[in-house]
Amino acid sequence: MNKIFLVVRREYLSRVRKKSFIIMTILAPLLLAGMVLIPTWLMTRDDSPERKIAVVGEGAGLFYKDIASTKSIKFDYLPETSPEEIKKTYEELGYYGFLVISPKVVYIPNAIRFYSRKQPNMEMLMHISNELKNEIEKRKLETFNIENIEEILKEVESDVKVQTILISDEGEEKKTSTGLSMGIAYASGLLIYMLTFIFGAQVMRGVIEEKTSRIVEVLISSLKPFQLMMGKILGIALVGLTQFFLWIVLTLIIVTIAQSVFLPDISPMAGQQAVQSIMAGENAQAELNIQQAATGAELNEAQAIFESLKAINWPLILGSFIIFFLGGYLLYSALFAAVGSAVDNETDTQQFMMPITIPLLLGLFISMSAFQNPDSNLVFWFSFIPFTSPMVMMARLPFGVPGIELLISMAILILSFLATTWLAAKIYRTGILMYGKKVSYREIFKWLKN
Amino acid sequence: MAFFEAQEIVKDFSGTRALDKLSMSVPKGSIYGLLGPNGAGKTTLIRIINQITAPDSGVLKYRGKNLKPEDIYSIGYLPEERGLYKKMKVGEQALYLAQLKGLKKKDARERLVKWFKKFDILPWWDKKVEELSKGMQQKIQFIVTVVHEPKFLIFDEPFSGFDPINTRLLKEEILKLQKKGATIIFSTHDMGSVEELCDHISLINKSRTILDGPVNEIRDKYDSNTYEITFKGEVNLLTASLSHHYKIIENQAINGHRKLSVELMKNTETNDVLKVLLQAGSVVSFNKLMPSMNDIFIKAVEQANSNKQK
Repeated sequence: MNKIFLVVRREYLSRVRKKSFIIMTILAPLLLAGMVLIPTWLMTRDDSPERKIAVVGEGAGLFYKDIASTKSIKFDYLPETSPEEIKKTYEELGYYGFLVISPKVVYIPNAIRFYSRKQPNMEMLMHISNELKNEIEKRKLETFNIENIEEILKEVESDVKVQTILISDEGEEKKTSTGLSMGIAYASGLLIYMLTFIFGAQVMRGVIEEKTSRIVEVLISSLKPFQLMMGKILGIALVGLTQFFLWIVLTLIIVTIAQSVFLPDISPMAGQQAVQSIMAGENAQAELNIQQAATGAELNEAQAIFESLKAINWPLILGSFIIFFLGGYLLYSALFAAVGSAVDNETDTQQFMMPITIPLLLGLFISMSAFQNPDSNLVFWFSFIPFTSPMVMMARLPFGVPGIELLISMAILILSFLATTWLAAKIYRTGILMYGKKVSYREIFKWLKN
Repeated sequence: MAFFEAQEIVKDFSGTRALDKLSMSVPKGSIYGLLGPNGAGKTTLIRIINQITAPDSGVLKYRGKNLKPEDIYSIGYLPEERGLYKKMKVGEQALYLAQLKGLKKKDARERLVKWFKKFDILPWWDKKVEELSKGMQQKIQFIVTVVHEPKFLIFDEPFSGFDPINTRLLKEEILKLQKKGATIIFSTHDMGSVEELCDHISLINKSRTILDGPVNEIRDKYDSNTYEITFKGEVNLLTASLSHHYKIIENQAINGHRKLSVELMKNTETNDVLKVLLQAGSVVSFNKLMPSMNDIFIKAVEQANSNKQK
């Protein structure tokens, strides 16, 4: 046991002290924060070039100024110009394209033509079709000759959103956000996949390093191969956990700083107050504040997100994440170690990587489908199979998983990790001292039998 | 009772026999030389003793009992292919390896500093291994092999890559370790070091032992009873008179002296030759030519090879 600890300490310290570890630890949260902040930043500023579009022909008169211009799209109505005329000159005139609306559009939906050199983007087409659809609907309604139709239309205009609320066995209600659950499911599945791969490969590289530098012969006269393998696996697991925690802390710090610097208007006072009251548990007060805050739709949304953030069982998710990450990592890294022991250099690893990569990728794909359909049969079964369960179960978790299923999945994972390690140790024991020999699968099965 | 014993060890590597019913017996406190041409099976045997590979058949006995997996931890092993973590600092690495051998950290540090001073490499304590010369890496490897003072030491080609001064240093340390009670096996091609260090040898050729025993006995066995004589005078007198008592192997004139190599026949005393010599001229020197291990090695291997061919 003492010797495993020595190996763990060496593996941990030698990696944590590396420049590449420190750089990765600082850089990754910056990248991650960038991934969160840059799209938000891009959305808040509109930098798409202004495009002019000519509406020509008969339709231009019929729907004169009915399609409103936006920040990036300007519409010119030229009822006197025919499509044939503008076809040759539209680019010289500075138009991105031109729109021909046939009067038949009232009963033939696709009687609208948009001509341009390049494929127009979705946003532009949606804008045009929405505006025209509303206008046509309005005009059709007008044909019924209803009085005060304008006011009636304004009156009936409504917006609908579904608030999801989960009811626990005790009858407690929790407001949730499906979007947020999907986000967590997606992120944790992907993260487990990435961490397992990155640190599993480190185990493999470490084993190959020891083998090619021949230090393994010295080590093997001091401790058992199993101790060496386990020490390496555990040491790198600690490196992974250290890096993971540093990433979370640093990302939080960076996002907080960046938000207050670049996007100061995103968290208005009322919303914050509401959140503070929620956190303080002053429900009545909170409700009042929420009502105050709910004056604007935007605030309402922000508050809803805070509410669902609160509704998520963070200790459960983080705790399970660590257990499933560790379980999955231990399971795979034992295999990575076995592969590393069977080859002489990294280029030879490819033939043995298949059985590791395929279940890992399968787990990733299924977890991706899990956050869209968390209750499908496929997802259910793969959340128990140990090679995919870390990713798939983590993707199911934010949508609610019965405690017993979670425990069974963890138990299966731990048992299969023990079994895999036992098998991997057999391969490892023989492999690390085998030099200059191309190893085949058949050879490895022979080692397993010994 | 032998300290370590191997009986009828057989090891095959995918069709080729690396060791063929090989036996050896290492007496306690001895330095046991494992000799043989390249590819004879020395390293395979050493790896079997270290339980890195298992023999196909045969018995290994350590201190009178069958060799157990735990025994490996009381053995100091210096592999032929030296290996250290290249990116790790020298001192840190030596400490790590010493602790793995079961030394307490404080104790390990004290002993290592002593060894580092002895080998004059203390200034390199905080350097990375990859910055060191090959010879220095070898020194470190040697130190970590012996630092826990094991009772049984196995060196595979300990002198390869060392300059004569460091080889000298290493030999002295090996002899000191023997004095402290260690039993040592080492494999080598360097016959000079065998003559200086070994009490016992085992000569392996083509996976078999062709010669083994105490060095003195082997030398006596290969003693051809040859003398080197330098004298001034008439050589014809010698060849004429006692030619049935000896054979002149070499006959050279150097700087007015005559140098002869003379092999004495059985029942011929050195005094008989001297008497003749005194009549023939004045004797400058009269030395017994001991067979060098080099000669024995070559002779034994050639003999074995020609026997096989027959």
